[in-house]
Amino acid sequence: MHRWGMVIDLDRCSGCQACMAACHAENNIAIIGPEESAMGRTIHWIELLPFIEGEYPHIKARLLPRPCMHCEHPACIKVCPVGATYANEEGIVGIVYSRCIGCRYCTTACPYTVRSFNWYKPQWPKEMEGSLNRDVSIRGKGVVEKCSFCHHRLLKARERAKAEKRELLSEDYIPACVQACPSNAMYFGDLNDPFSTVSILSRERRAFKLLEDLGTEPKVIYLSEGM
Amino acid sequence: MDEKGFKLGEDAILLQPIQRTGKAFYFTLFSLIAVILWAAGAYIYQYRDGLGVTGLSRPIYWGVYITNFVFFIGISHAGTLISAILRLAKAEWRRSITRSAEVITVLVLFFGVGNILMDLGRPDRMLNILQYPHFQSPLLWDVLSISVYLTASSVYLYLPLIPDIAILRDHGGRYQWFYRIFALGWSGTERQRRLLERGIAFMAILVIPVAVSVHTVVSFVFAMTIQPMWHSAIFGPYFVTGAIFSGIAALIVAMNLIRKVYHLEDYLRPVHFNNLGILLLVMTLLWFYFTFTEYLTTYYGGEPIHMVIFWNKFTGRYAPYFWGMFLFCFIIPLPILSFGKTRTPFGTLIASISVIIGMWLERYVIVVPTLSNPRLPNEAVHYFPTWVEWSVFAGCVSFFILLYMVFTKFFPIVSIWEVREGREKSMAEVQERIKTYLPGIGVE
Repeated sequence: MHRWGMVIDLDRCSGCQACMAACHAENNIAIIGPEESAMGRTIHWIELLPFIEGEYPHIKARLLPRPCMHCEHPACIKVCPVGATYANEEGIVGIVYSRCIGCRYCTTACPYTVRSFNWYKPQWPKEMEGSLNRDVSIRGKGVVEKCSFCHHRLLKARERAKAEKRELLSEDYIPACVQACPSNAMYFGDLNDPFSTVSILSRERRAFKLLEDLGTEPKVIYLSEGM
Repeated sequence: MDEKGFKLGEDAILLQPIQRTGKAFYFTLFSLIAVILWAAGAYIYQYRDGLGVTGLSRPIYWGVYITNFVFFIGISHAGTLISAILRLAKAEWRRSITRSAEVITVLVLFFGVGNILMDLGRPDRMLNILQYPHFQSPLLWDVLSISVYLTASSVYLYLPLIPDIAILRDHGGRYQWFYRIFALGWSGTERQRRLLERGIAFMAILVIPVAVSVHTVVSFVFAMTIQPMWHSAIFGPYFVTGAIFSGIAALIVAMNLIRKVYHLEDYLRPVHFNNLGILLLVMTLLWFYFTFTEYLTTYYGGEPIHMVIFWNKFTGRYAPYFWGMFLFCFIIPLPILSFGKTRTPFGTLIASISVIIGMWLERYVIVVPTLSNPRLPNEAVHYFPTWVEWSVFAGCVSFFILLYMVFTKFFPIVSIWEVREGREKSMAEVQERIKTYLPGIGVE
């Protein structure tokens, strides 16, 4: 059984936001106008969190790409009253959009605030409507959405492996953000395989997880910078 | 009127609201309907366009609707709980106030539930809660306990209504068929009375744990998450206390209105307001105790993630709400309720209105500041409710008042048979009871 995980090397991350752009295109994330955006209603499945450290003049700003952590013990799954959010057997936390009632309990319970809500019916400029990704369902008004580790790519890869009559390899499946990262700061693979890149990197001294003390056990691992 | 050998005598005034309806009633009724229609329009707008028409955003996903949910469910603790406790304690002064209290419970519950439904992004899918229930979710515990509570308190309202419905049936007024059905053939025989009394006593005991569980579970919606200043073991009792607190206040306001509008000064006397005022005073102090404990624990522990929210409430953006809450929940009611001289109907009315405002603010101060300060850095967004949310709130309050008014036009808002029973039997009963307490007066 695979256990999919991601490693983000902050030493290599240049904060270029290519991951965000790739994610938006890949996952049909609705484009929200500047006014709505100013109200805090932008939807990002991965975004750069600004961490300001220290005090003037010894101040340092860091940017930290934050997808869904796909926790081993997710706070969101427990609280969903209709079981619309779930973890599959490979540890990916998903949402059944057609079942979600939009109560936003999961969005308030998630300590990483990764979940977004569709305040309105999603819309795109006319020119873009033809170029939406057909592998990813469009979320309607009033439901919650978040990073799925590009789960549709896993399904596709598995089908392909099946057609080629072989086992699924870790290399077959990679999320859009990892693929797009120009500075090779992101890695993706099977955490259960002790020799996979992510597995080796996750045991590095620089490795840490966000809000580790909460016991959520994220499957996104960061490598701290500047050592 | 007194054919069928039936005498209302001095209690005839209690049926007057049902027999006669003045212009003022219709005027109020239509004003309320206007507000409700406005609110309905606002909600339809929200239903069509999405929750974007509210002031909510990321990370402040919950706002006025959830505040209202907790607030209305809190108000519902007025009736059933107070009435049940007074009944079980055999407090004789309860007789003319229990009905008005129980009605509040049943009616206001609908608005508690209604608010959480209006908060849904997909209200059309609300039945998923029954189709795909996920029992790990505290929201589902809410669904369960509130349905039990609504059922139990409806039965508890209905049982003591039966003899009064029978009075209306025998009285030859309007809607005879309606009263005939709901009187269930009541004729006041010894056996019927015994059964009724047993039923009421049983329900009175049953509703107390149910009521306590309801607001505990409401608090669990917040306390079960690991969010700072929500994840607190004290939340259950804190919420229950707050609920009873705001409930008594709502009852006092309702009693004041009933007393004035229907001229029931003889039934709702200063002593009732005095006694309820003392109860409200106890709850004021208890509320302060819990609030103090909650915030001191946070402050002393001093965890940064909690302290951000703490200072946000004490000196930051939410300071006006926080100190407003403190003013309305404690500083204004405490002196009014502390002195017998000011524990008058009017004095307790002022204190109660203050408590109701304060308790709404308390719910708001619990829900919003925690959400505005998530653990990870976030865009600085501010929540302020939009006209849609305020309209829906106004609509809920108006609808509640309207239902309450309509209730008083169909059923006596002061329990006729209980008042009579008090007049005819209690004196002897109380005398008997006192004999069992004390030595020396046992034998006559």
